[in-house]
Amino acid sequence: MASAFKFRVFVSLKKSVLDPQGQTILTALHHMDLKEAKSCRAGKFFDLEIEAGTQKEAEAKLHQAAKDILSNPVIEDYSITLL
Amino acid sequence: MKAVVIVFPGSNCDSDCFHALNQSGFEAQYVWHKETSLPKTDLVFLPGGFSYGDYLRTGAIARFSPVMKEVARYANTGGIVLGVCNGFQILLEAGLLPGAMLRNRDLAFICRHVFLKVENNQTIFTKDYAKGEVISIPIAHGEGNYFAEPSIIERLEKENRIVFRYSSERGDATEAFNPNGSQKNIAGIINEKGNVLGMMPHPERASETLLGSSAGSKMWTSLLNAVKI
Repeated sequence: MASAFKFRVFVSLKKSVLDPQGQTILTALHHMDLKEAKSCRAGKFFDLEIEAGTQKEAEAKLHQAAKDILSNPVIEDYSITLL
Repeated sequence: MKAVVIVFPGSNCDSDCFHALNQSGFEAQYVWHKETSLPKTDLVFLPGGFSYGDYLRTGAIARFSPVMKEVARYANTGGIVLGVCNGFQILLEAGLLPGAMLRNRDLAFICRHVFLKVENNQTIFTKDYAKGEVISIPIAHGEGNYFAEPSIIERLEKENRIVFRYSSERGDATEAFNPNGSQKNIAGIINEKGNVLGMMPHPERASETLLGSSAGSKMWTSLLNAVKI
């Protein structure tokens, strides 16, 4: 019997890749007086509902999707959490 | 000499490609991204634009369009493929060329003529240029910052697969003349076999002196000569 498993996938640029968006946001934080902000990197997340027999099965499918489409492994890392 | 211009939802440079190719002696036709077969052709052109609205990442969804399986097969059997701007991004996402595109270093969309140095004039796309020739070609992109791991960049340089670099009018490919932060000022690269080229600048927008520059025309004459052989 299949169940629907809910996950959140986070995608962000690899640490070795320049993130001008994150840097710009950091500057903006400084402008609004949050001088304590030392670093910022911007990313995105996807909330997905996957139907599968087990959570492991759902996760395996999701990892594949994360590598193949949700992230670009050349420049991005991803992580998955169960919701 | 036949050419196919692939059209994705959101492509907007397909007409310019069609026009430039026909004007220079190709017989071009459009092929919609949903097609699962390609007509007999000598060239496949992936045009610029905003396929799928650049959703997720530029070119990330277009690479899964049904026609791309055929484009990959065509490329893998030696067919000539040229990807310009979004077309280059699609080739990168599809793995037909190495590396990836990041957002421009200064975050702004850049729309202006730049100078390019023709680093490799031995490719079928650039034989009619002189080595080191500097040409004026327009760019129009927000994500043209080419990135690849150092080992890949090293390999591209060693194998002379960097075809175009952003440069000064005199051909200095230095940081000062790098509009978007691309590694090593890379503006266009070619695959190992030499049949797939991706470039961010728009040669199809520099094919008529009346419209500002005809520096891109030598790409069409180079290709026509290559196909005739």
